[in-house]
Amino acid sequence: MLILHCPYCGVDCEEAELAPGGEAHLKRFGPGSSDTDFEGYMFARKNPKGVHFERWRHAYGCGKWFLAARCTATLEVFGTYKAQNSVPHPDVIAAVKARRPDWEGYK
Amino acid sequence: MGNRRYSMFAVAREAMRFHAGWERAWKSPEPKKRYDVVVVGAGGHGLATAYYLGKVHGITNVAVIEKGWLGGGNTGRNTTIIRSNYLQDPSAAIYEKARGLYEDLSQDLNYNVMFSPRGLLMLAQSEHEMRGYKRTVYANNLQGVETRWIERNEVKDLVPIINIDGPRYPVLGALYQERGGTARHDAVAWGYARGCSNMGMDIIQQCEVTGVRTENGKVVGVDTSKGSIDCGKLAMVVAGHSSVLAEMAGFRLPIESAALQAWVSEPIKPCMDVVVMANLVHGYMSQSDKGEMVIGGGTDGFNNYTQRGSWHHVEETVRALVETFPMISRLKMLRQWGGIVDMTGDRSPILSKTPVENIFVNCGWGTGGFKSIPGSGWAMAELVAKGEPGPLAADFGLNRFIEGRFIDESVAAGVAH
Repeated sequence: MLILHCPYCGVDCEEAELAPGGEAHLKRFGPGSSDTDFEGYMFARKNPKGVHFERWRHAYGCGKWFLAARCTATLEVFGTYKAQNSVPHPDVIAAVKARRPDWEGYK
Repeated sequence: MGNRRYSMFAVAREAMRFHAGWERAWKSPEPKKRYDVVVVGAGGHGLATAYYLGKVHGITNVAVIEKGWLGGGNTGRNTTIIRSNYLQDPSAAIYEKARGLYEDLSQDLNYNVMFSPRGLLMLAQSEHEMRGYKRTVYANNLQGVETRWIERNEVKDLVPIINIDGPRYPVLGALYQERGGTARHDAVAWGYARGCSNMGMDIIQQCEVTGVRTENGKVVGVDTSKGSIDCGKLAMVVAGHSSVLAEMAGFRLPIESAALQAWVSEPIKPCMDVVVMANLVHGYMSQSDKGEMVIGGGTDGFNNYTQRGSWHHVEETVRALVETFPMISRLKMLRQWGGIVDMTGDRSPILSKTPVENIFVNCGWGTGGFKSIPGSGWAMAELVAKGEPGPLAADFGLNRFIEGRFIDESVAAGVAH
């Protein structure tokens, strides 16, 4: 079972305790943006086979949203960080690079 | 090779000579330099696309390339259910086309796909579900899809092992499609492969695409683990890995991949001759010809490519089914597996042109891929051959996400389907 560390309450929580929230760090395009930008924000996803940055909510715990870096091919979790980060936290980037030397970096 | 028709006479002839004359059903050639059309993905959808390209549109200079083995992806990992009782018109049209083609697919392919229209029930276990399914019945009647609403006593007649008086989720009735059922999943892939090979198409297994080559916004070929192959047109039919392939071609898709798992039990005596889907409690079950109960469950909520699935879905699905079918509570599970489903936001597929000229994409079938194989191949072949979608594919373009013109089956079904 997938286990993630909640960076707010410090609990290692099981997947059943969490609600997945999809890709992290999406740039929001609202009213007034072009159709293409809005479609990209709403629907187009990286969906990589490998390192993925994503949102999770500690639904049956503290209830807060946090972010995680995880490998979608192996389910290895590289680290979690608070949702206040608008780009991946440097510690998490370093953790990913340590485990995946060929990784091209966050794009 | 493989051209010989299968028939009673062929069996009799081979019986006289120790079955020494059977040949491989399809050839395994090395790739040529160039093809008019390269189809990536030798699963049911890819092979059906190639088959109808040849059969309906006369395009036979085609290669189907596959990184693993033929039919080894979701085609070999589903619960083999076939139905077309969808709410929205475009969905009903393409799924009913597929179901209709399944009816005589064995004759068409000269390969027994064991289509078994044994009847399919979607149980209504709440007031809302009952209203929803009645609405679907009315919609189906208008669409020309034969379904009807049946009351709970008729459900019990059709499925004696069911518990219709569950304390929490009593069965109130069901949406019944008499000509829904199952087919032999591997045979569908093998039959199409044989048909393609007989038309002179090349099926190239263990050939992974590593890059897509484009010039001036137009596709010119693919790089593979067996060298570079030029192509006039490229059809991407790779289900769960569509985003990975699209990334190579330089565009993104409105797709997220996740594992959906299924189980089969130990074989038991025949006890249920229909397919039952209990969508509220979330589990579906049919009995295979070998006697195993084939069980499908829930999709993972997070992106992954593990072909495994989360543990807690096992408990949830088993709990739902034991409540619905108390007699299976002592049954042991024989096997468990997962497939990578490609989920779109509206839970409807994508059959579309792409930002790159002459690349066509067929994906997003999500949890409903197997039942749609012939219809999907039919519509995709038309799209690839003509460069424009025909009536079946027209509503399933990528442009629907920009236009907000969704074909919303997620609400209509309420669950994975």
